[in-house]
Amino acid sequence: MQTGNLLLLLVAMVAAAYYIGWQKSLAQARPLGGIRHLESLPFYYAMRAALWCAIPALVVLGAWLIFDDAIIQNTVMLSLPEDVRPATEGGRGLLLSQIQNVASGALAADSVRPEIAGAAELLRGLRGTNTMALTVVFIVVAMLGGAWGWLKIAPQLRARQQVEKILRVLFMLCALVAIMTTVGIVMSVLFESIRFFGQVSPVDFLFGTQWSPQTALRADQVASEGAFGAIPLFMGTLLISAIALLVAVPVGLMSAIYLAEYAHAKVRAVAKPLLEILAGVPTVVYGFFAALTVAPFIRDVGESIGLDVASESALAAGLVMGVMIIPFVSSISDDVITAVPQVMRDGSLGLGATKSETIRKVVFPAALPGIMGGILLAASRAIGETMIVVMAAGLAANLTVNPLEAVTTVTVQIVTLLTGDQEFDSAKTLAAFALGLMLFITTLVLNVVALHIVKKYREQYE
Amino acid sequence: MDTARELDNRNRADDDAAKPLIDVEERSMQDTPYPEKTVGKPFVDAPKMKLRHVNVFYADNQAIHDVSLDIGKNEVISLIGPSGCGKSTFLRSLNRMNDTIDICRVKGELHLDDQDLYDPKLDVVELRARVGMVFQKPNPFPKSIYDNVAYGPRLHGLADKKYDLDEIVENSLRSAGLWNEVKDRLHSSGTGLSGGQQQRLCIARTIAVSPEVVLMDEPCSALDPIATAKIEELIDELSESYTIAIVTHSMQQAARVSHRTAYFHLGRLIEVNDTETVFTKPEHELTEAYITGRFG
Repeated sequence: MQTGNLLLLLVAMVAAAYYIGWQKSLAQARPLGGIRHLESLPFYYAMRAALWCAIPALVVLGAWLIFDDAIIQNTVMLSLPEDVRPATEGGRGLLLSQIQNVASGALAADSVRPEIAGAAELLRGLRGTNTMALTVVFIVVAMLGGAWGWLKIAPQLRARQQVEKILRVLFMLCALVAIMTTVGIVMSVLFESIRFFGQVSPVDFLFGTQWSPQTALRADQVASEGAFGAIPLFMGTLLISAIALLVAVPVGLMSAIYLAEYAHAKVRAVAKPLLEILAGVPTVVYGFFAALTVAPFIRDVGESIGLDVASESALAAGLVMGVMIIPFVSSISDDVITAVPQVMRDGSLGLGATKSETIRKVVFPAALPGIMGGILLAASRAIGETMIVVMAAGLAANLTVNPLEAVTTVTVQIVTLLTGDQEFDSAKTLAAFALGLMLFITTLVLNVVALHIVKKYREQYE
Repeated sequence: MDTARELDNRNRADDDAAKPLIDVEERSMQDTPYPEKTVGKPFVDAPKMKLRHVNVFYADNQAIHDVSLDIGKNEVISLIGPSGCGKSTFLRSLNRMNDTIDICRVKGELHLDDQDLYDPKLDVVELRARVGMVFQKPNPFPKSIYDNVAYGPRLHGLADKKYDLDEIVENSLRSAGLWNEVKDRLHSSGTGLSGGQQQRLCIARTIAVSPEVVLMDEPCSALDPIATAKIEELIDELSESYTIAIVTHSMQQAARVSHRTAYFHLGRLIEVNDTETVFTKPEHELTEAYITGRFG
């Protein structure tokens, strides 16, 4: 049976285990005079039986699926006579895929050597047996587990504690998945970056002002020397993020103040989700909006007043990105402003302050740390944003602070470095990892600062 | 099943007046009619605040029914009554703090001296400077002690020079009996003070704008007995220069600090009398029932 079907079957068996567990605990409770005489509620007995049914079966399934392919392939390889067996790893892979193609019928059996056709036959047989065995073992384990869970049900069984313990472990494993993923990503980026820094000095990378990621294919190639100075990229990122924040912070903050303090409850109920939709627009849509509408508009306006504007300007990308991150600022600010206790407002109003004075002098300062958290979150979003800048900001690594010129950002360069066919060990490709690492560190620092500020804010009123 | 049977019994008892489960006393209280007019002495000569036929509504819900009351100059009047009787609502309508609640409407004639409180031309900012308020929970701003007290004077431009402002802050803190405790740390945060100190800071903040009337909404309910005693002492001192209306849940407190006491019951003003009269020989049955602790 296929794995998917096995899982469906397991669901049914778990449900059955749950049901019979429930029934048995009820049956045990009846002569004692009600479920209050059980150690735990029937739910826990049933849950325990269900978990006993599910977890061992899933563990067996997981382990089986990890190892079965390798074992089958080894068996098939060993069945081949010595002279057919390839010597290299690559040859082995080719041969295996050939065998698999024959086995699946994509390749006619008479077009290959008889040994290989035999191996294909063996592979097919092994696979059939494997599936069969897995199905049987899986079902048996699930049933045994369920039966064990069911058998052990007794009024004295501390099912509640056991279920709680299992659930705790389950939750922990889920948390672990997220953490391990982060660690894995960081590690892979880190190791590739270290390889990069083996080829290009970190000083050149961090402080160089020239970015032209070339590596020579031939030794005598013209302009074979690349330059990996990341300063223009970070400058570009900084410029565009700054423009974005210049748009998002005032607009987001003021709309948050309007929503939290002035808007009628009904208006707020409609306007807030609408504003948050901005964050849900796919960034690629913002990207072509920036590239096709905003950038030409800015260029035309610039030309009409005699300014020289690049058709892919930092300004266009920054403006559109600013619109995109408005909800980050407004939504979080709105939350923290609303969280400022009403007694603060009352205190100020009771002293004869007007509404805007109250907001300016009491509510805003009290909410400021939380608002800062929101702004930093928006900033890290802006720094990491890719699609808009790929489409609207250009590729030229100019070291400039003029928003009317084309600049490029760290993320854009990572995209260009890694798209298309690349040698994986050249400095050019590895540079992407180093850039990624730098970007990661930057946003991480920003996030930590943001979290810290938000935490501090929490302590203020509790 | 047991509870079901009990409920059943109770329902039957409700139907059958011969064997009531409800306390006889309580039942008789519920039947006590409201007085046609507030009994006692709701009016005084030369009042500071003159309130006539005040009705307050929350949407369609009437919270205050036709309350008429005078608040005399330099008098401490306490408003008592069971929870939800509308005394806080009434208090908050005296400096239009109810304006901040959208669904709240106030009707009637409310005057501070000759000024109609709900005159559309009235600047509510000016009104709240004249009628200050101290809230149930100490609510110092998360600013320094100095800035907390200077907040009102700055808003209303009461001090032209730093020196003047310093003086206002010092005097207010002195009047609130807090100066000696905080004079060395005027620039540390007001939220770092103890609960009782915070509440005195709020009182200092309120009197810094020299209001004529100070409204206090259960100012001691979040405080311990010692802090409460200090606030009560303070109220006594403040009554020399301010008119004070205080809502309180503590009848002892009402008895200790106020000159007159008004008893509210379900949105109606039942009785107003000299505090001593209210607590020794109340005129109305409901008042008596409340102060003797038969409900509340």
